[in-house]
Amino acid sequence: MRANHLFSFKWFSAGLIWFWLGLFVLVPLLMLLTASFLQRGETEFVKFAFTLENYQRIFNPIYLDVFWNSFYLAAMTTLFCLLLGYPFAFLLARVTGKYKHLLLLFVIIPFWTSSLIRTYAMVIILKTNGVMNSFLQWLGLIQEPIQLLYTPAAVVVGLVYSLLPFMVLPLYATIEKLDMRLIEAAKDLGARNVRIFWSIIIPLTMPGIIAGSMLVFLPALGMFYIPDLLGGAKALLIGNLIQNQFLSARDWPFGAAVSIILVLVMSLLLVLYYFSILRNSNNRDKVGL
Amino acid sequence: MSDLVIELKQVCKSFDSIAILKNIDLEIKKGEFLTLLGPSGCGKTTILRLLAGFETPSSGTVLINGEDMLKIEPEDRHINTVFQSYALFPHMSVFDNVAFGPKIRGVPKVEISTQVMEALRMVKLEHLADRKPAQLSGGQQQRVAIARAVVNKPLVLLLDEPLSALDYKLRKEMQIELKQLQRRLGITFIFVTHDQEEALSMSDRIAVMNAGRIEQLGTPKNIYESPNSLFVARFVGESNILAGEVIKVDDDCVEMRLENKIISLKNTKNFQVSQSVNLLLRPEDLHVYDEEEGIPQEPYLHGIIEEVIYKGTTVDLLIRLDSGKQIAATQFFNEDDPKLDFRMGERVFAGWLEGWEVLLPSEAAENSIPLSP
Amino acid sequence: MNLKRLSKISYMSLIYGFLYFPILILIIYSFNDSKYSFAWKGFTLNWYHQLLDNQELLEVALNSLIVAVVSASVATLIGTLTAVALYRYHFFGKKVLYGLIYILIMSPEIVMGISLLILFIALSMPLGFWTLLLSHITFCIPFVVITVFGRLSGFNKAIIEAAKDLGASEFATFRLVVLPMLMPAVIAGWLLSFTLSMDDVIISFFVTGPNFQLLPLKIYSMVKLGVKPEINALSTIMFVITLIMVIIAQSLLREKK
Repeated sequence: MRANHLFSFKWFSAGLIWFWLGLFVLVPLLMLLTASFLQRGETEFVKFAFTLENYQRIFNPIYLDVFWNSFYLAAMTTLFCLLLGYPFAFLLARVTGKYKHLLLLFVIIPFWTSSLIRTYAMVIILKTNGVMNSFLQWLGLIQEPIQLLYTPAAVVVGLVYSLLPFMVLPLYATIEKLDMRLIEAAKDLGARNVRIFWSIIIPLTMPGIIAGSMLVFLPALGMFYIPDLLGGAKALLIGNLIQNQFLSARDWPFGAAVSIILVLVMSLLLVLYYFSILRNSNNRDKVGL
Repeated sequence: MSDLVIELKQVCKSFDSIAILKNIDLEIKKGEFLTLLGPSGCGKTTILRLLAGFETPSSGTVLINGEDMLKIEPEDRHINTVFQSYALFPHMSVFDNVAFGPKIRGVPKVEISTQVMEALRMVKLEHLADRKPAQLSGGQQQRVAIARAVVNKPLVLLLDEPLSALDYKLRKEMQIELKQLQRRLGITFIFVTHDQEEALSMSDRIAVMNAGRIEQLGTPKNIYESPNSLFVARFVGESNILAGEVIKVDDDCVEMRLENKIISLKNTKNFQVSQSVNLLLRPEDLHVYDEEEGIPQEPYLHGIIEEVIYKGTTVDLLIRLDSGKQIAATQFFNEDDPKLDFRMGERVFAGWLEGWEVLLPSEAAENSIPLSP
Repeated sequence: MNLKRLSKISYMSLIYGFLYFPILILIIYSFNDSKYSFAWKGFTLNWYHQLLDNQELLEVALNSLIVAVVSASVATLIGTLTAVALYRYHFFGKKVLYGLIYILIMSPEIVMGISLLILFIALSMPLGFWTLLLSHITFCIPFVVITVFGRLSGFNKAIIEAAKDLGASEFATFRLVVLPMLMPAVIAGWLLSFTLSMDDVIISFFVTGPNFQLLPLKIYSMVKLGVKPEINALSTIMFVITLIMVIIAQSLLREKK
């Protein structure tokens, strides 16, 4: 089967993906951006009149509160994921032997399975008559069930629980590529483990740290169902705010503006990520790796 | 009707502004076994890829059977390649691998079977037709790769260092087999290798390449006995290189001073007085005599044995000449001299038959000799 | 066993325990013969039976299944072609495409969800099956691309050249040589897309219509009303299905070439 130059396999496959992504990703994104600058419509969703008031509204203390709260919770989540996940990823990367792929599989499974279901499982544990309370009572630490659910702490726990694999996997990928010879060289020169860790290992795994943080921080801001289920009506995070504006309040432009803020945060993190990769590859060239 | 199957005219190729091939002119005759010989990075594989169609020249023309190949894709050329890594399709059986080419060309099924089995018979693998490549040894995979290429009866077969992954013994066997195959098929073979012994033993002609240029093109005998540059002399076989200066020129004789001696040789290259020259002597061409045996009739050099290396069929001698330079001489055990008995510290003469040396004009800088990567 | 090793093993076990404990509880209690209490009252398959009797749930499950199968298939098709194109060819905007694919994976789903909603409304498309389908295909494609591309990266380039050398066109090379060798990765991509689609909450939340309900959304609304044993059973089933798919996908990706 000879392909002539008009219909070439290359142009077909390249064209196809550009068409699809163009129509279903780029165009909607542009529409989102546009909507954030429009006014709210009476009967329809938007009124085609340019305005900056959506962005101005964001600076309203109520909303700034929501933003601050969200960033705080998301940051806490990311921090905990990092603290728990980094040692774990490090140990996992150093495992040798035939069980390694099995261990890796057990991290990958939660990555792909529904986080809604896993959050639900968390609800079961944290609810008033749930497993946690029963356990604490059994231990004698408390007499009566305590309020675990519908607290900010529950939201963080739920987020960490859902997103921990998302931190571990990029970290694992980066740590695996770490050249052990560098560490040996440092030891040879007399550096102690702590020093090695901070001056060598952390900087070299920085891309993984940033990638993992991105995969935790951004969803933490946007996954509205976790604060919804674990935090109750009290928890209003950016994700809930957006959802709210689009479906209940029907203020699409404002919702769009808030979403754009999310996109900006993501872009910032991406820039950080590429910067860290660049720095890493520069250093490698200088060191002669 | 030209008997040239391939012509390269002033072909240049650069990658990222690094010139890999510089003004290559090459004519290849139908049915010949031509080897491109040279060190890594000399451009020999690039020429192969240009012929196959995987690269296009930056400038110059590639003609196959007189036809300009500029716009012609690899799949449309009557050329087939045996890749260095064999590149067998892992998901297909040996049979299907070999049948791939005919199948693409639309050969009827019945005929495919005949052609494939014939090709497999030629490489002695007809009993392994149903195996998958992963189940074959390196040598067997190699033969499948060859069968897969020759079944298409191409105009030219390109072989990119096909034997480099094989062990020594298998390599030697395959060299003979390939040579016989080529003779039987009558297809033009273009063979790429960095192994000069391989090139010498298999080829009708050799093109010795260095840094993107063809240094010398000729028969193996030509290349070996009359290298036209220091690079060729050094790359193909071993050579002692002695620097000298011409002091007197006669009709057919040239006298030169080198290594504190005056030597008289035939003037084959029109040397001029006070020209700097290099004298090339192959170790096996040197006869080493005991001092007691008297001064030799032939041109000779004088020195002390520094090292004796026994090699089974030969004895290698490292001789420190009176002038200070060290040369190597290889002596063969034979009936004339059953007693090859050399000692370190012995004073000897090293002579050679006049005419067996190679005289070359001195080369500008040592950058014609490549550093090994 | 020295202290260092012990602490390493303990730490890892702790984390693994953390990850799996809640799910295990969920699964165990789906078999618990008790409606409200958390004390173990005996083994039962009651809740699973109730699920099978629930017509509405079955219908919703079927919806999810259909959407998942179709979107996985289309996404795998497009994603595979994309991965091959990225590997083989140089074309306009190739580097941008690369970046875009990775960004898509990183971006928060909520942004994709509402932007797609805006698109569909702007196009006056009724929200339902088709909008869901298009959306699911869109977010699955990057994962297929990454999966297939990962396998392609280790490809022996000479094999493709060999095919061309023997006379095969681009398409024939793809069809007869590349695709068969890629099959494990392609299937793995399909399986992973299937799980992504089956489990998606956020994007589906925005682009679904009143007449077409998906399983995760149904679970979501059920959970908001409180913990129920039927939900435990349903969640267990969904979890097990996803689990099987992921295990198969991983073993396919692990195969030596």
